[in-house]
Amino acid sequence: MKIIQTQNLTKSYGQTRGIIDMNLSVESGDIFGFIGPNGAGKSTTIRTLLGLISPTSGSARIFDKDIVSDHIDILSHIGYMPSEAMFYHGMRVDEVLRMSASLRGKKCQTETSRLCERFGLDTKKKVEELSLGNRKKVSIVCAFMHKPDLYILDEPTSGLDPLMQKAFFELIHERNKQGATIFLSSHVLAEIQHHCKNAAIIREGRLIACDSVEKLTNTKARRITLHGVSSLPHLENMKNITCTENSVSFLYDGNIKVLISELNNLPITDMTVTEPELEEIFLHYYTKEADAL
Amino acid sequence: MTIFLHEIKQNRTAFLIWTLAIALMLLICMIMFPEMNTGMGDITDMFANMGSFTQAFGMDRLNFGDVMGFYALECGNILSIGGGFLAALLGINALAKEEKERTAEFLLTHPVRRRTVVLQKLLSILFELLLMNLFVMAVSALSFTLIGEELAIKEFLLLHGAYTVLQIEIACICFGISAFIRRSGVGAGLGLAALLYFLNIFKNISRQAEFLKYITPFAYAEAADIISDSAIDMHLLALGLLYAAIGIGAAFLKYTRKDIAA
Repeated sequence: MKIIQTQNLTKSYGQTRGIIDMNLSVESGDIFGFIGPNGAGKSTTIRTLLGLISPTSGSARIFDKDIVSDHIDILSHIGYMPSEAMFYHGMRVDEVLRMSASLRGKKCQTETSRLCERFGLDTKKKVEELSLGNRKKVSIVCAFMHKPDLYILDEPTSGLDPLMQKAFFELIHERNKQGATIFLSSHVLAEIQHHCKNAAIIREGRLIACDSVEKLTNTKARRITLHGVSSLPHLENMKNITCTENSVSFLYDGNIKVLISELNNLPITDMTVTEPELEEIFLHYYTKEADAL
Repeated sequence: MTIFLHEIKQNRTAFLIWTLAIALMLLICMIMFPEMNTGMGDITDMFANMGSFTQAFGMDRLNFGDVMGFYALECGNILSIGGGFLAALLGINALAKEEKERTAEFLLTHPVRRRTVVLQKLLSILFELLLMNLFVMAVSALSFTLIGEELAIKEFLLLHGAYTVLQIEIACICFGISAFIRRSGVGAGLGLAALLYFLNIFKNISRQAEFLKYITPFAYAEAADIISDSAIDMHLLALGLLYAAIGIGAAFLKYTRKDIAA
């Protein structure tokens, strides 16, 4: 069953671009990654799905219900974490959590206190005294306390320390095992790679790829940077080359053994092998599109 | 109900300060009355002979030496300015603050209808204004007893009724504006209240500006008219309520369709 399905969903703000002809489909039980650089339209897509802004054209369905006409019904089964959580000035954390439950018409006390304990959240503090990370934790509790069927998480890990990120992803996987669907927006590729089953890549308001994470990110392409050399090694499958006086950097998409044997003959002093940047993955998709034409 | 109670709680400090300030000023004025009244003969004459200034505040038609006349004038200025400003403040902030403080996203991603948000916020404002007026009336009534003067019940109720409607009108117009803006409109709201107040003064001074009475709510809340006629101009009051209804309508129409800023 499809949990989220959008059809040519478009949102434009006057002259500026929002999202264009978005066709997205998320299956029930998936942990779905939504990757793209800042300003690509991730949040616009999410805010449209949640009914904060209305689509300019196209349509979308969540739980097979229309996002415009059934949006209250949809919202009551969604847990949402905004990328930047803001709460009412002057309120204590427990007051915010109580208000959130009350707005849902639910009492989620047991689950709420369990989550607060799990993330070490001090509920007696005023929200404006909280650090970004702690505000994020309040937002986690708000999104997870009512055990919704769909979690929409907009850059949820920014501001969380590594330990909390780990605890957070454990929670996500738990809820996913219990049957919930997760929609995770992020610009951190590793997060998507490690936790998601399927993913979509968005750039400049358009969906440019949507596939299983394995296929999307296992391009095997790596960014190789060599120090101590100034000319390129004799290899095929090199892209995005930059050379400086004393170093060479390129995206390598070929056999690693061939690379190593070639490097063996070079006077390199240091080298790094890193995952390609998101942008480079995008470029990879662009070239693939160009090849197909 | 959640949003209604939340609004009351959020506004409580500002509300308490304004209400207490207005009540205290009325109380002080009233306590000063006996003393002023004894040496008043000359002052009343003076106030009645200041030309336009006298007209501007309706002092040509009010007897300053009479306790109800004095009360109407004092109460008129304190309650219409103080109450009008509080009403403007409550109205203009109600919807806009959610986007300004960036809490709209938190509120509106819960399963609550936009129209419920608008309705509960509106009700909280009306409730606060009624509460403030009841409290001020109680303090005023008490002040009459304190200085041992007789309270003319009918005029008293008419005056306060008119001021309450005036505040509701200003609050509702500002509430309508609030749905359209995304940042603080406090300046605009207070400015609007002040503008309407001054329009009434122009209306009092110049015959050519008589038509302003169809615009400013301070016209039907004119203390001098209410005391001398023992009645409120119901046509103007109805017009004021119509403006209020337009403000409310605009708020519902706009806010239920608004794109919420990130």
